[in-house]
Amino acid sequence: MIQPLAEEKGYSLTPGSEGLIETQTLEVSIGPQHPSTHGVFRMDCVLDGETVVQLKPVMGYLHRNHEQLAERMAWLGSMPYTDRLDYFNSMTNNWAYALSVEKLAGIKVPERAEYIRVIVSELSRLQNHSSVIGFMLQDLGAWGTPLLYAFREREKILDLFEAVSGSRMMCNYMRFGGVRVDFDDKMLAMAREITGKFPKFLDEFEKLLTNNEVLLGRCQKVGILPKELAINASISGPMARASGVEYDIRKVDKYGVYGRFDFRVPVGEVGDVYDRYMVRVLEMRESIKILQQALHDIPVGPHIAPEVKLRNFKIPAGDGYGRIEAPKGELGFYLVSDESGKTPYRYHVRPPSLINLTILEDMCLGHKVADVVIILGSVDIVLGEVDR
Amino acid sequence: MEAIEKIKEMALQSVPGAQIEIINSTPAAQQPALLVDRDHIYGVGKFFKEDPRFQMDFCSCVTGVDYLPKGDKPGFIEVVYHLYSIAQKHGPIVLKVRASRELDQCRVPSLTPLWRGCEFQEREAYDLFGVKFDDHPDLRRILMWEEFTEHPMRKDYVPPPDYEWEPTPHDDTLQRAAQAQGIMPPSAQEELGKAKKK
Repeated sequence: MIQPLAEEKGYSLTPGSEGLIETQTLEVSIGPQHPSTHGVFRMDCVLDGETVVQLKPVMGYLHRNHEQLAERMAWLGSMPYTDRLDYFNSMTNNWAYALSVEKLAGIKVPERAEYIRVIVSELSRLQNHSSVIGFMLQDLGAWGTPLLYAFREREKILDLFEAVSGSRMMCNYMRFGGVRVDFDDKMLAMAREITGKFPKFLDEFEKLLTNNEVLLGRCQKVGILPKELAINASISGPMARASGVEYDIRKVDKYGVYGRFDFRVPVGEVGDVYDRYMVRVLEMRESIKILQQALHDIPVGPHIAPEVKLRNFKIPAGDGYGRIEAPKGELGFYLVSDESGKTPYRYHVRPPSLINLTILEDMCLGHKVADVVIILGSVDIVLGEVDR
Repeated sequence: MEAIEKIKEMALQSVPGAQIEIINSTPAAQQPALLVDRDHIYGVGKFFKEDPRFQMDFCSCVTGVDYLPKGDKPGFIEVVYHLYSIAQKHGPIVLKVRASRELDQCRVPSLTPLWRGCEFQEREAYDLFGVKFDDHPDLRRILMWEEFTEHPMRKDYVPPPDYEWEPTPHDDTLQRAAQAQGIMPPSAQEELGKAKKK
């Protein structure tokens, strides 16, 4: 059974084994309760020895029909619920939804609110990328240490989120036309302190990891994703950039006030796991640059557009699509409003995690099981967003 | 990018016979869409992907929308594609295609052969709306389980009653629970009888 399958996939069996020994492939289900799948996610693998010859991702264990729930409440009602999509980055989820609604309704956001949004989103990106690297190292077998180094820094950022929004992870911070609570001087000082100290942590982190022999050996030339396939398969975010796709929605759409900041878009060459690690590290350095500029330039003014009604908020009939560069990729919301305009007629989330899994099989074929774990780790998925 | 009328003209020139209609978004969003007929959606998609003026190489978002019949207008399921260009950094071009709401006729051509990124998203539209995509390489349910028979994002979907058995004798709850489970244990019948007598 294995022979035609292997030929079809362009993968050759161990030389000399043809016809001599009767070999059998083994079907293994990795997950949904396996710690390396980062949640309730399953990969149906067909293995020849230790090598993967087929892999089908299976998801839906956390499906709660988020979209239908949102269609049953008012526009603002699903704002706290977007926190639960990618629960690592509730700030960017909030922003994507707020941005889409503002696009449909034509709301102009005050400048200070835009700067606050940039600050919280870039902080969110910092803690996401550092934790993802920690998790990936955990998958490599470096139990605990890198992850806890990352979590130590994440705690400081979450402390700020708690101070500003009242919650560490489920922030529910943004509103249509601005943000819920203004940053006071104390919070700005906290943000400046985090930004100031983060490069030191990053240097330390990189010193331990970037030229680490084990990391290089395990990650280089593993899970290569070619550039053409990355574009064709709608891969977005750091994963696409690691494959050499120079595309960052912050640069292309210039939503919010991103047009004013000076930052670069790091791009990988090979598209392997190591490039994905490196692109994330470099992106954190760019985020720090953005944070420094935003914290320096932040103007005074209102933190929310005063003309936006909280109650009886309506949107004229029609549809629209808004998207942002979330830490995991392009997070978009496709919204349709009908004649009543009080609730979304259609509310669709374009989840980067789900779409980045499209090519998981292509990246894993021919690799060992242990590599599958780190390839999945480098994709950076959160199951709250994959399954919705 | 050019105005939507001009884009429509260009598409009509290179895909003869296509029926294209412009549908406006909300006034503020400024994202007018092209509604293409089912027979030509693949051709129009291919044109936008391969034409050097557009180079829409990135299919960002695919989803379905269920419109119920209104008065004498028939209902339909609309599949929406948002195309962007990474090569030229512009977009979006929004393509829409409509299918009948009847489950056996709810078919549109798949665009997965053009953009691999549609694969999971079309599977999701099939799962939640029941749109069958012709020529999709692997059209299975993705979020719901295989044994599930309905399509929960349709507007007329009724979730199954799942009242759990509640031992406290409130006659209303008891009735609903019994209906939902199709059974009525003797104790519940007694309780119901007592409640009725009162």
